Amino acid sequence: MVDVRYETAFTLYPYARSADQDAQSPVRHPVVIVGGGPVGMGMALELGLKDIPCVVLDDHDGVGVGSRAICFAKRTLEICDRMGAADPMVDLGVVWNVGRVFRDERQIYDFNLLPEEGHKRPAFINLQQPYFEKFLVERIRAAQAEGAPIEIRGKNRVLSVDSHDDHVVLEVDTPEGPYRMEADYMVACDGARSPVRTMLGHDFTGRVFEDNFLICDVKMTADFPTERWFWFDPPFNRGQSVLLHKQPDDIWRIDFQLGWNIDRKAVVQPEYYMPKVQAMLGEGVEFEPEWVSVYTFQCMSMDEYRHGRVFFAGDSAHQVSPFGARGCNGGIQDVDNLGWKLAAVIKGEAGERLLDTYQEERKHGADENILNSSRTTDFMTPKTEIAKLFRESVLDLVEHTDAMRPLVNSGRLSVPCVYDGSSLNGADDANLPQRTRVGATLVDAPTDRGWLIDRIGGRFQLFTVNSEFKPDGLELDLVDVIVAPDDLIAERYLGGAEQAVYLIRPDQVIAARWVNPTTADVSAALKTAMGG
Amino acid sequence: MDKLFTPNIEDADGFYAELLAAHEGLSEAESHALNARLVLLLSNVVGDRAVLTRAFELAKQAG
Repeated sequence: MVDVRYETAFTLYPYARSADQDAQSPVRHPVVIVGGGPVGMGMALELGLKDIPCVVLDDHDGVGVGSRAICFAKRTLEICDRMGAADPMVDLGVVWNVGRVFRDERQIYDFNLLPEEGHKRPAFINLQQPYFEKFLVERIRAAQAEGAPIEIRGKNRVLSVDSHDDHVVLEVDTPEGPYRMEADYMVACDGARSPVRTMLGHDFTGRVFEDNFLICDVKMTADFPTERWFWFDPPFNRGQSVLLHKQPDDIWRIDFQLGWNIDRKAVVQPEYYMPKVQAMLGEGVEFEPEWVSVYTFQCMSMDEYRHGRVFFAGDSAHQVSPFGARGCNGGIQDVDNLGWKLAAVIKGEAGERLLDTYQEERKHGADENILNSSRTTDFMTPKTEIAKLFRESVLDLVEHTDAMRPLVNSGRLSVPCVYDGSSLNGADDANLPQRTRVGATLVDAPTDRGWLIDRIGGRFQLFTVNSEFKPDGLELDLVDVIVAPDDLIAERYLGGAEQAVYLIRPDQVIAARWVNPTTADVSAALKTAMGG
Repeated sequence: MDKLFTPNIEDADGFYAELLAAHEGLSEAESHALNARLVLLLSNVVGDRAVLTRAFELAKQAG
């Protein structure tokens, strides 16, 4: 039996018997992915497009209901772009730039994010998670039709995992009973409560925040502007905060902070939340509740994201508070980091050591995400009297001076971390801009032949700016551009230098850069970036 | 640039976290005393009497 743990919004991969269930001995697969959420499906797509056979096991047969993650950052969209999945997301997603911050009944300030020019994708979009997942699965279906070796098995629940030196044995339950299968590598993308992590007995430690939040997604056609509104201590939620922002389909996300000692059953009843929402939206505004859910949160992480042949990605490895949209976005960056490494090792192009750098780089990313989301949470839920005093003082002052604005923390935009100090990093040249230093993710810009982000990615490439350099005898794709000094590429990649050469990893991370390298320099950096 | 009205703290989030961490584990009286010492030290950094006078005014007005 495979229990139904949640209701699904879309059925996308109904159970079908697989040949593995009738095999005499367990069938071995190069990669088995456990969990069919955004991270699991992203992982499958990334690997399948690199021609690595993979099987996704999901204990449901579609996408769960509830908007859940609703903020998808630019980096996530760029990664999805590389996998050919971003267009429908951006077409449907809501883009906003204006935010307003209120305290009590007053607006204390507003801001316009004014996106930096010269990027294909916006800083982020608001989109319900079920859509994000659905678009990934639709892209997987299209890739399968073109021969990508991806298999999705719905209603397949992992019962046990037996980890060996060079493979993993899984016992999997289905509506027709259990079967066994094997994997050379396994990626557990089975969420914050990861059953795989529990089965293998790994710790998940961190901070639990003593607070509850109530999500009310409401459908409303009233003429509200497409802006993010944030309240400290409004009359309709005294002593707590409230966040409002827009999703597609005229759905608005309202997040009510509720505090710690509450009746979690009572707050999801219409008698509780309907008057609250009405008071917030104003008398006479019509709305329909769409999804209501109460949550607490914690910032947790495993110590190690790799255990032999088993990898943990997304929430199963690290969990953050929702403020700042670093959960799903962080998970997609895990996919970005692990995908090419796993593919390179499975294809025999790199040694096993490359896989250890997944832990090194993504732990760094997760630590940064946890730090940012903890700081936001500490501002929103001051945990001591003095913390509360400082928070109130910041809010007192911000009505009188802009100087305090940077201290108001209701969530920081999710941006990719820079892998400073990574063992995969090669040579750097401090004369080139800080922003595109080694370890940073490629910064998009328009070129004479389309967006830079569309021209680079998926393999190691050499990006040359105003340089004649060509590597001698190295099999490296060359993207060469000639730009004027006032071009955005010059600003982002040259700084004051006349020319530059950048070595870019398959995940669009800058591996090394020089003003004037030799082929030997590039060759050495390439070797380092492949794990030495 | 009038620093009373223009953001000027590098790594604002890091600063704020460090400020709260400095108070961690202190009693109310100890926190008061820490704040007083901080005001005195930072006033010395500012130095400019006119700026300090305007800071007093702004802080009082915002309360």
